Amino acid sequence: MKILIIEDESGLRETIEESLLKEKYLVESADTFRSGHEKIIRYDYACILLDIGLPDGNGLDLLRSLKEMGRSDNVIIISAKDALDDKIEGLELGADDYLTKPVHLAELHARVRSVVRRSQAQGQKFLEIGNLKMDYEARFIFVEDQALELNRKEYDILAYFMSNANRLVQKSTLAEHVWGDFMDESEDFEFLYSQMKNLRKKLQDAGANIEIRSVYGMGYKLQEK
Amino acid sequence: MKLLNLTLKYLALSFPIFVGAWAALFYFNLVDEVEDSLDDGLDNIKVLVIQHSQSDPDILKHDDFRERNYMVREIPESAALLQKDQYVDTMMYMINEEDFEPVRMLISAFKHNQQYYEVRVISSTLEKDDLVEDIFYSILALYIILLVSALIINNWILKRTWKPFYSILEKMRAFNLEKNPDISKTPSSIHEFQELDNRLRALADHSRMTFLSQKHFLENASHEIQTPLAISMNKLELLMEQEALGEKDLPKLAQILQNLQRLSRLNKTLLLLNRIENRQYTQTEAIDVSVLLSQLVADFQDMAELRGKRLEMIVQDTWPGRPWDLNRDLANMLFSNLIKNALIHGAAGTQIIVDLYNDGVSVKNEGAAALDSGKIFERFQKNSADSTGNGLGLAIVKAIVDVSSLRLEYAFSSGMHIFSVKKS
Repeated sequence: MKILIIEDESGLRETIEESLLKEKYLVESADTFRSGHEKIIRYDYACILLDIGLPDGNGLDLLRSLKEMGRSDNVIIISAKDALDDKIEGLELGADDYLTKPVHLAELHARVRSVVRRSQAQGQKFLEIGNLKMDYEARFIFVEDQALELNRKEYDILAYFMSNANRLVQKSTLAEHVWGDFMDESEDFEFLYSQMKNLRKKLQDAGANIEIRSVYGMGYKLQEK
Repeated sequence: MKLLNLTLKYLALSFPIFVGAWAALFYFNLVDEVEDSLDDGLDNIKVLVIQHSQSDPDILKHDDFRERNYMVREIPESAALLQKDQYVDTMMYMINEEDFEPVRMLISAFKHNQQYYEVRVISSTLEKDDLVEDIFYSILALYIILLVSALIINNWILKRTWKPFYSILEKMRAFNLEKNPDISKTPSSIHEFQELDNRLRALADHSRMTFLSQKHFLENASHEIQTPLAISMNKLELLMEQEALGEKDLPKLAQILQNLQRLSRLNKTLLLLNRIENRQYTQTEAIDVSVLLSQLVADFQDMAELRGKRLEMIVQDTWPGRPWDLNRDLANMLFSNLIKNALIHGAAGTQIIVDLYNDGVSVKNEGAAALDSGKIFERFQKNSADSTGNGLGLAIVKAIVDVSSLRLEYAFSSGMHIFSVKKS
């Protein structure tokens, strides 16, 4: 599965590249509008991560080109500008998602996975990790074909961990993903504790062979036992 | 006070002085002229009496006015020699008026056949008090006519002259850096107004240029800060995923990451504050605040529950239910910041009430003591006891209120902090 990163900031581009490579994606990158445009013309990508503010052009014009070519590549816009107009215009031009810098890598992976999955018609309907199986559409998670009884938040948390398996998920990232922007930056995230306790108990009771490990009080990591 | 009314005011104040002075001058001239004319007449009669007395000695016996306007009586020589022609104003009983009326009298003396006589000649004269009264009313009428004509002249002619000025003023009022930055040329044949119009348009252009460059600078600065922050944060995230890291290193990295995240949010929040203050959220629409609030209360229910607090919304009977004219994004930020503020502060087990009543919306939460209402809306103002948050939440609330023609009030009553947003 090929992913194209169009980003002029080398530091950011390399980091995202490295992180995506870990997930076994094929990653290509472009640092200018022109080189990005050439790559888009030549190849199809499962997902394009597009920075809007490129030195030699506006990323939104790349979206327009894609649209003119009748292409339906998945595009996630990554913008430093938290400008609503850009967001609306980008989504209208056919972008699948919009992220504002700085992007948490965990959040990026979840979005990429979700965008890629949606575009594959009969492809990945499920995500399997250990003996856990997640049904994206039905929003169910099974342990050995036995559906876990999860409330909405618990499902969101577990789904997020499964999208970021073996990856450190920070408390703040998790809180922001599941509860939205309502959380303030220096929250203590104590409330996560009881949620995680319940979730772990349900997983254990169902006999899941994965565990959600606490990592030095700063986050969690979902791993196979 | 309007320009037109100002001229009128000065005219109204100065007219009485000029008109009054003129009236006094007129009065004295008139009286002088009338008396002069009367005195000539009296003198003439005196001469006639003296002449006719030569041929008609009966005249000398008229020692009373009766139906005549003169009288003659004998006087001693000594008195006659002292008597010069003397004009006096006196009062006499008039039968027709049945009252004493002012008369002008000439007293003189003459010699006839070795005998001295005094002659008195009278003429009915001006009733000066009546004259003063008449003049007063005429002057009053004149004053009113002058004022009315000044008003009409002001309204018809001056208004026409000042038309370009008011047109320029109206354009200035409609001027808005974001929505309506262009000021069209106002045609005028008057040099001063042309100059004013030119200068104003140059100023507007300059403001717009400054505004745009400031806006771009802010966006660029935010972008430039955000990018290295984003890189550092992502690099740290990658680093933290490495298995080789020890138990000692990871928490330190986590702390660095947390601080970077905080910095990044701070940067975004300050940018947001600037945008609000620069009035970049100008699009307003009719917003049903009760619908918006019930949505927010539902959204925050999770967070309230997790923090062991009860979040409730009460719509009083007095709530008018009319929509408020607000920018949707700002309205959202305003109320969510107020609710968030109430949720962050205060102990678990307490209650937060979103109260909608006739005047506006109040967000109430339990607290120990009143806050310093002069300081709570300042930037970076933190309650040291529980310093979560960045101290900008209420500053954002204040900024939004200031640009949205709303009012924000804080009160502490019966153990509750009450933040109220009202329409101003």
